[in-house]
This record gives sequence, C-alpha cells and structure tokens, in this order.
Amino acid sequence: MDLLAFAKGPILMWSLIIFFVGVSWRLVGVLLLRRKPDYSEPRDTSPAWGAVRTVFTRMWVRKEFRARTAYAEVLSYVFHFGLAIVVFLFVPHILFIKSMTGLSWGGLPNGVIYAIGVITLIALIAVLIRRITQPVLRLLSNFDDYFSWLVTTTPVVTGLLASAHLGARYETLLGIHILSVELLFIWFPFGKLMHAILFAVSRSTTGALLERKGAAT
Amino acid sequence: MSDDKTLAETLARQGVSRRTFLKFCATMASLMAMPPSMAAEMAEKLARVRRQSVIWLSFQECTGCTESLTRSHSPTLENLIFNAISLDYHHTLMAASGTAAEAARETAMKENYGKYLMVVDGSVSTKDSGVYSTIAGVTNHDMLVDVAKGAAAIISVGTCAAFGGIPKANPNPTGAVPVSDIIKDKPIINVSGCPPIPVVITGVVAQILTLGTIPELDQHGRPKVFFGDTIHDRCYRRPFYDQGKFAKSFDDEGARNGWCLYELGCKGPTTYNACATTKWDGGVSFPIESGHPCLGCSQPDFWDAGSFYAPLSTGEWGSGTVLAAGVAAGAAIGVGAALAARKRQDTIGGGK
Repeated sequence: MDLLAFAKGPILMWSLIIFFVGVSWRLVGVLLLRRKPDYSEPRDTSPAWGAVRTVFTRMWVRKEFRARTAYAEVLSYVFHFGLAIVVFLFVPHILFIKSMTGLSWGGLPNGVIYAIGVITLIALIAVLIRRITQPVLRLLSNFDDYFSWLVTTTPVVTGLLASAHLGARYETLLGIHILSVELLFIWFPFGKLMHAILFAVSRSTTGALLERKGAAT
Repeated sequence: MSDDKTLAETLARQGVSRRTFLKFCATMASLMAMPPSMAAEMAEKLARVRRQSVIWLSFQECTGCTESLTRSHSPTLENLIFNAISLDYHHTLMAASGTAAEAARETAMKENYGKYLMVVDGSVSTKDSGVYSTIAGVTNHDMLVDVAKGAAAIISVGTCAAFGGIPKANPNPTGAVPVSDIIKDKPIINVSGCPPIPVVITGVVAQILTLGTIPELDQHGRPKVFFGDTIHDRCYRRPFYDQGKFAKSFDDEGARNGWCLYELGCKGPTTYNACATTKWDGGVSFPIESGHPCLGCSQPDFWDAGSFYAPLSTGEWGSGTVLAAGVAAGAAIGVGAALAARKRQDTIGGGK
C-alpha cells in the first residue's frame, strides 16, 4: 500500500471516527454542564432571541475597539473566509464531501481557488507573526494555539504544493495533503479548533444570560 | 535464431527506406528527450547492430501486451524493428510448439548466454510452489529464475510483470508477484501499462541496442523519458480542469464538449505514462480522447485502488453506520464527563 492509498484508506476512516467521537463528546459534555442558578429577576425580554442574536452581533467589531482590533479582525476574516472557500468550493473537495454525504454543489475554477489559497496562507502567516511579536498575546499563547495554527496551515501549504507539483511527485504530495487534513480531523475536537462549533454555544449562552438581565448584547 | 545480418540490411530487405528509418530514429530520439544530434548517432548504431536475441516469456497474463505490440497500426516501423530482432522464443508468436518450442528457448539461451534480452509479460505465481501457472511442466517461477541467469537485462512488459497487475489483485489467489520481487541481480526495466504502449517498448529496446545503456528509471523502475509526466499534466483536457469545467456523466453537455473527466473517475493526475503524448493506434487517440477516464493502468495496484469511476478525491471513509456509532459513543462519553463535572461541583460546593 503506497502513501496515497494509506492516506485515503484506513487513516481517513480512523481520523473521521476520532473526529466524530471527539466532537460529540466535547459538545454533549459542554451542553450538559450544570448552569449556575440565576436568582435575579428576569427582565421582560426573550433570552432565546438574545442567544441567537448574539451569535451574529459578535461577528462585528465594536466601534470602541475598532482601531485597536481592526488588523487582527481583518486578517481573521480573510483566512476564515479563505479556508471556507478553499474547503467547500474546490471541486475535488466537493467530490469528497459528496462521497460521504451525497450532497454536492458548484465549485470555483481551480485558478481562483489557488489564488485564494495563497491569500489565505499569507493571512495565516500574518496572524502567527502577530501572535509571536505582540508581548501580551505571546504570553497568553500556549501549545494549543501554535499547534492548532500548524494543523490549520499545513493542509493549505500541502494543498498548494500538490497543485503546483512542487517538492515531490503529485501522488506523494496528495498523500501528505490528505494526511495533514487527517491530523486536523484528529486534533480538531481536543484543541482550540473546536471553537468552530463551540463559538455558537458560548455566544448563545452569554447572549441568553445578558438578555435575561436586559443588557445590550 | 540470431543471424549475421545487420538491422539496416534486414529493414532494407523488408522494403523500409533509409529515409523512413531516419525518421523513426529522429522520432525515438525526440520521444526520449535526447539532443537532435543523437538521432543520427542512433540511426548509425542501430543500422549496424546485429540481430539481438530476445527471449519473451509469458506468464500469468492475458496476451494483451503481445496484442498491443502486434496489432498496432500495421505495419508500423516498431513492428518491423521487432521483426528485425531475433525473437527466439515467444510461445504466442512462434511457429513451433511443445517440445520444439522449449528446445528453441534452450538453444537461444545457450548460444547467447549473458547477452540475450529477456522480456517478460505476466506476473509470477508463487503460492503452492507456483503450480497455478506452468509451461511445459515448469513453473513460471523456475523458468524465470533459469532464463534470467543468462540475460543481459530484463524488460518487464505490462503491469502484471512490472507490478503484479490483475493476478496480484485482492485476494491474489495464486500468490502473484512481479518479476522484480524474484530477480534481484539483473537490471530490470518496467514498461507498465495494461497494455503498455508499443512505441515505449520499442524505444527501450532501441536505447539498449544503440547506446548499450539502461534508460534512467523512476522510483517504480520505469523509463523516465516515457513515465516522467502524469497523464493529467500532458492531457489536452487539462485547461478544462483548471477552469473547473467537468463532465458529470458520459452523455451530458460537458462530455460532448470534451471537458475534464475528473468527476467521472479519471486517474490521470496520479498516473505516469506516455498515452497523452504518443497516443495509440499510430497516434490516433488515447482513452481520454475517446471519452473515457484514465484507469491508471500503468500504476502499481491500480486494480485495488477503488472504483474506476470514483473521483480521485474520494476516500475510503468507512460507512455512515460506523461514524454514527462514533457520534453515539462520543455522546456517551460526554454524558459521563458532564456527570463527573456535576459530581465535582457538588463535592466542591458541599452539596449546595
């Protein structure tokens, strides 16, 4: 069995099993945590609406902090959207998702995907430099931050190398690319990448709480 | 049997003009990425060579490799070159049969010991002492080892001889292995493909005859000049791949417009061969040009690499049931973790 067959075969299956076990574990574990009792009198508001609203309102920068956080926010948006486009609008990726779920949709021309991939990579490098060069941010960062960055960036790098046939034969690069994605699947539930799911839980919890108290969210 | 006539004399006798012969040499030199000056040198050397003794052994195979060579757009110069080689043993093509055929092989081996070229098509059975494929009561394994002893070099023609091919596909009932798994002390050139391209076989033979060297080989033992690029990189449909234009079925608008066949399972991106450049049937076409995805037939274990019609990016991800079980197992662990957390809260809070 060569590297590509190995990557597309047993490792893929096990990485997906670990991904689903881990995500389910973390999500159910968080949702079933006991909430603190709130003895305050609820305002005449709708916590449910506040929960939903907060998930979206916190996607935008507060005016007060705009000047200080705009750089990081823009970079984050660039690489998040970039990743989403590359993952969900590259035809080979769509075909992979289709093979698992039966769902498919139209993709973008490969040239556009490659360009977005390069922009995404630049944004990912920029956020890492920012993390390393800002003293406070560096102090707050731990292994999880750097490793999560690594497992996010590696598939982008290996994908671009595979498409450009740089460094090794295509099937080897493709195998390495798939293995790097599998590493992401495995790490996803247990590190900070889980924020891709838990952000909605934490924001909605905060939103419901603040709405109950009548605070602006 | 080998005779004393040179290749030039043999070709002249068969009505091949010197101009045609030079064109062939120029094409070969070009195909093998040699400098233009090598064409003249190749012509000169090829013309002077004596007929090379070749012993062709067919083991666990379908004769497709031989069919490919002999049924190429006839009569090609490749065929004539092969006629000019002293094909001393080939049990499909030779007139003799039975004991006479085996005697011819033994005589050729004796007369050209250490100098003959050995061509093998088909894989070698090793299970149960190799009884699943025998010739004249001799197992393929024993015949391979015996003939290889006196060979100057071995050309494994076709994916079966090069990598095991279909006989080696799961569950491999005969214990089939490629030639290179058995013979370790001779230069082996793999000309893979199911079947291989005739001009590639001829090109390899021409290089051995003219330069007296083995071509530079890739990691799978194949000549880099023919197997250096993927089908995808040389495919005329490549621009459609880059534009994101794909045929989604064999009779849709994309198929009629000649768009990329990636979604229909084309293995061109991971397949190394010369189909897209040399093409088949005298340069008429190749599978993708005829509207069918590349099967990846020149790659090791192509038969076990999933469906021919599943896109390359499709993985063996298991089943929905297994993943659903994973979700359920994860949820159970999550419930346990949450209960443990609540218990800890109770302990810390003193039951409040």
